[in-house]
Amino acid sequence: MAETIALIDFGAGNLHSVHNALIAAGAGDVAVTADPTMVARADRIILPGVGAFGACRDALVAIDGMVAAMDRRVRGEAIPFLGICVGMQMLADKGIEFGEHDGLGWISGTVKAIEPASDEIKIPHMGWNDVTPTEGHDLLESGEAYYLHGYHFDAVNEADILAKTSHGGPLVSAVGRDNIVGVQFHPEKSQAYGLAFLKRFLEWKP
Amino acid sequence: MTVRIRVIPCLDVANGRVVKGVNFVDLQDAGDPVEQAQAYDAAGADELCFLDITASHENRDTIIDVVRRTAEVCFMPVTVGGGVRTADDARALLMAGADKVAVNSAAVSRPEVVSDIATRFGSQCMVASIDARKVEEGRWEIFTHGGRTPTGIDALEHAVRMADLGAGELLVTSMDRDGTRDGYDLELTRTLADAVSIPVVASGGVGNLDHLVEGVTKGHANAVLAASIFHFGQYSIADAHAALRAAKLPARA
Repeated sequence: MAETIALIDFGAGNLHSVHNALIAAGAGDVAVTADPTMVARADRIILPGVGAFGACRDALVAIDGMVAAMDRRVRGEAIPFLGICVGMQMLADKGIEFGEHDGLGWISGTVKAIEPASDEIKIPHMGWNDVTPTEGHDLLESGEAYYLHGYHFDAVNEADILAKTSHGGPLVSAVGRDNIVGVQFHPEKSQAYGLAFLKRFLEWKP
Repeated sequence: MTVRIRVIPCLDVANGRVVKGVNFVDLQDAGDPVEQAQAYDAAGADELCFLDITASHENRDTIIDVVRRTAEVCFMPVTVGGGVRTADDARALLMAGADKVAVNSAAVSRPEVVSDIATRFGSQCMVASIDARKVEEGRWEIFTHGGRTPTGIDALEHAVRMADLGAGELLVTSMDRDGTRDGYDLELTRTLADAVSIPVVASGGVGNLDHLVEGVTKGHANAVLAASIFHFGQYSIADAHAALRAAKLPARA
């Protein structure tokens, strides 16, 4: 039976681009949804997000029952979960961007401004850069992907860092644990590398 | 390595049709911006820029439709400029699949639109597009409306102001060089790039691959935009990447 992919709609700017990329990567039934009951029975869940941490978090939390449904389905029932960009950052305990905001707290860490080591390092981190897996992970392969962010995920536990990149010093490229993965880069904008990544996620059996 | 120097082809679009577009591949419809975008996606462009030169603001839906259809088939970052006057204009483009919006004339007449967009959608999507002409040695002024209208505003001061208001990138076009194929105004590009902590895209005047390299080495740009050298097949995106790498600059493989 075909799987149901729930792509959570809280008004994120990259929602449609992620949807388009999932279809191109071979996803069959993608439900673009703001309905927690749909999320509660999805086979895979994807959380997009661009822009400011607090605005995304507020929009997600404003959907009655959504965070609870995600929590039960992902952390309780262990179905595969992918967060993209701010959708990844929201996994953290908190984000410090226009004030301090609570995150979902699924992966220990804080999202904070990238502090460049020198004036030559431009912020936002904008463009194609390395994805360097820290150790073997089914989803993450070495390659070049597109990044577009001024804030980064400062993870508490080294073991939760699945991949790194470098922009005036090391930055977290992917975090995760068990059935949860979050990527700072934009697979939906990373041409062949991005579509291959999404295809692996669609087939992932953590 | 580090973040790669971006090579950005730019397509001018008027009323939903490409003006002076790609002819390096056989296209079914040479005026279709979506088909042209796909050609650049396949060629490995690092980003794509659509510049909407439609005169009337009543036709906003046309460019939004172009962006939506492009995002269905292209999986590359897209910046859209031209006619963006308000945060709601920006929102419509971003929701259609644009990753960044470039604001030009409106950022001159109403600079607060820059902070509006940055606050609502993040600095990462807010590109301040600066069209400048040299007025004396070491000094440039902002021109709007396709370089026709002088404003008397100093380009360096404007650039710093844009960054302070929350722009995440500057797209710096020399109106003296645009269309000349004589190369970027490197002094202009460097002066602005060295004054801000956000990335800068060099634009206007590219005639060969050395110009792209100089945009980075001498102009201190983080990305290089060009149109005709790519559209007419004089050079490929791969040629541009190879030229950057040959100059020991980080470029995509």
